[in-house]
Amino acid sequence: MKIDIDAPYHTRVNQALADADLRTALDRATAQLAKRRLTALAAVDAELMRDEGRSVRERAILRLPNLLEELEGNLTSNGCTVHWARDAAEATNTVVEIAQRSGVECTVKSKSMLTEEIGLNHALEDAGIEVVETDLGEYIIQLDDEPPSHLVAPVIHKRAEDVSRVFERELGMEPTLDVAVMCGIARQELRRRFLGAQMGISGCNFAVAESGTICLITNEGNGRMVTSLPPVYVVVVGIEKVVEKVEDAVLLWQAATRNATGQEVSVYFSLTSGPHPPGHADGPQEMHVVLVDNGRSGVLQRRYADALLCIRCGACLNVCPVYREIGGHAYGRTAYSGPIGSILTPLLSEARGGQAPTCPSQARYAVRVMTPAR
Amino acid sequence: MIPRPKVALFVTCMVDVMYPRVGLAAVVFPEGQTCCGQPAFNAGHRKEATKLAANFLAVFGPLVESGEVDAVVAPSGSCTATVRHSFRVLMEEGATQQLRDWARLVGDHTHELSEYLVDVLGVEATGAEASCTLTYHACCHLLRDLRVDRQPRTLLENLRGSDLIDLEEAEECCGFGGAFAVWNAEISTEMGLRKARHLDATGAEIVAVGDVGCMTHINGILVRRGHRCRAVHIAELLIDDPEGGS
Repeated sequence: MKIDIDAPYHTRVNQALADADLRTALDRATAQLAKRRLTALAAVDAELMRDEGRSVRERAILRLPNLLEELEGNLTSNGCTVHWARDAAEATNTVVEIAQRSGVECTVKSKSMLTEEIGLNHALEDAGIEVVETDLGEYIIQLDDEPPSHLVAPVIHKRAEDVSRVFERELGMEPTLDVAVMCGIARQELRRRFLGAQMGISGCNFAVAESGTICLITNEGNGRMVTSLPPVYVVVVGIEKVVEKVEDAVLLWQAATRNATGQEVSVYFSLTSGPHPPGHADGPQEMHVVLVDNGRSGVLQRRYADALLCIRCGACLNVCPVYREIGGHAYGRTAYSGPIGSILTPLLSEARGGQAPTCPSQARYAVRVMTPAR
Repeated sequence: MIPRPKVALFVTCMVDVMYPRVGLAAVVFPEGQTCCGQPAFNAGHRKEATKLAANFLAVFGPLVESGEVDAVVAPSGSCTATVRHSFRVLMEEGATQQLRDWARLVGDHTHELSEYLVDVLGVEATGAEASCTLTYHACCHLLRDLRVDRQPRTLLENLRGSDLIDLEEAEECCGFGGAFAVWNAEISTEMGLRKARHLDATGAEIVAVGDVGCMTHINGILVRRGHRCRAVHIAELLIDDPEGGS
C-alpha cells in the first residue's frame, strides 16, 4: 500500500501505521543500519571525529560568501560553467536550458536529495526530456512512481518482496526473491541507459573551494558513470555544501559513511574538478555547476545556521523512534524526512516564504545525540 | 560526622498534581514554586517560558545563594534538564544580571533525585527492599540531557533482594514526549505498545522510571491493554514503605 503523500498529516501517519509490510521493512532496515553504525564508530575516536566534523562545517558556514566565490573562481578556471539559482524555479530552468541547448533527449542521474527538493525530474520531464535514476534504490522507486523515503536509503520502505513485484510488473522479471538476480536485471537495464544518455546529473556531498572540486559519495559506481560517461555533466549543489579544503571533504566523507551505512569509507568517492582537458579520453566535454540557495541564506539570516551543518548521513533517521514507526513518506512532500527533516523542512519552507508543514516534533534528541557534525 | 545536607524540593507539576506521594518520598519545600516552563519552552513559547523560569529562579535562587539549601532536587529528569540547561539559554537575552547569575547558580545546584543520591551524597543503597521483580526504563531527558543512567540502576540493583532484569531497548523513547503524545497520539501509542511488548518479555512486575510523564504514558498502555507490569517512579521504590504511611 502506498502512502498518499499529499494527504493531510494525520491521514499519512495513520496510513503508515496501518501498513504492516512497511513497518516490517522499517524495523529490519533501521535496526541493521543503526547497528552497523555503532560498530563503525567504535573503531575510531567518534567524539573527536564529531568535534572535527563540526569545526569543518562551522568554518565553512561562517565564511560561506567568501568560500562560494572562491569555489566559483576555481570551478571556472577548471573549465566549468557556474550558474547561481536563488530558488527551485531558477535552478530547474537553468538545468532544462542546458539540456535543451545541447539537444539532450535522455539524462542519467545519480542520487541527489537537492534535485528532489527542487523537483528537477518533473521539470525535465515536462520539457520532454527523459530522466533515469541510476542509484538502485532510486531506480526502483522511480519505476514505482514514488519519492525517496530516506536520505541515504531511498527505498528503505520496501521489502525484497515489494521490489520483486515492481520488477515483475515494470521489467517483466520472472518472480524471484534473489536479490542478486534483481540487481543483475537492474544493472543490465541501467548499463544500456548510461550508454544512451547525453547528459549526466548529480548532486554533491561536498564542494571543495580551494580546488573547485565536486565530491560525490556512492556505493554502486553509478555516480562515476553519471559524472564521466555522458558528454554533458550538470551538478546541482546546495550552497551550504562548500568546504574549505580537500582534507575537510575527506574527513566529512569518513564521518558521513561511518554514520550512514557503517562503512569505513564508501565504495566510491568521485572527485570531479572540471570537463576533461584536451588530450584526455575520459570525462565530460562540458561541466555545469548550479549553486542553489532555495531558502538556505534565509535560514542563515534567521540564525538557524546549525541546521545547515548537517551532512545528510541519515543516522538520525535510523535511530529515531518516530521514523521507525512511520517511515519517510508520512513526513509528506519533502525531500527531508526524519528528525533532521522535521528541522530542515519547516525552516527551508518558511525561508522561501511558505508555511511550515506539520511534522512529528520529537526530533531533537535524535539529531542532537547523533549528528556527526555535532 | 557529616553535616546533614539541606535540600530544597522542586516538586514538578505532574508530581504535584498527579503523584504527590512521589514528592513526599523525597524536604525544605519552598512555597511559591511553579512550573519550570518546560512545556512552553519545548513548544517554542520562549516568552512564556522565560516568565516561568524567572519565577522559579526568584523562589530557588535566594535559597541557594544564601546557602540556606545545599541543593535543589527534583524527582524528574526532564524538569531538572530544563533548570540546568534551558534556563541559561532563556536568560541569555534581556534578563537582569541577577537572573542570569541565579540561572547559572541554580542550574549548577539542581539535581535529579537518583543523581543527587549517588553522585552528590555517595549513597548507593537506600536500604529499602525490592518487593517484586524489577526492570528499568531509561527516560529520554534523564539519559540524553543529563546523561544519568548508572545512578538509578545502581540504586535499584542495591535494593535488598533486588534482581534487576535487563529491558530490551531500555533507552528507546516510550512515546510520551510531552505535547508529542497529544499531537501525535497515534505514533505515541505505537511506541508505547512496542515498549509494553519489551516489558512483557522481561516478566518483571515493575518497571522503574525517573519521570512521571513517561510513567503515566507507560501505565496508560499497560493498564488498558491488560498487562501485569506497572511503571513506578524510582523515588517510591527507594523507600521501605512505598504506601507512604500518611
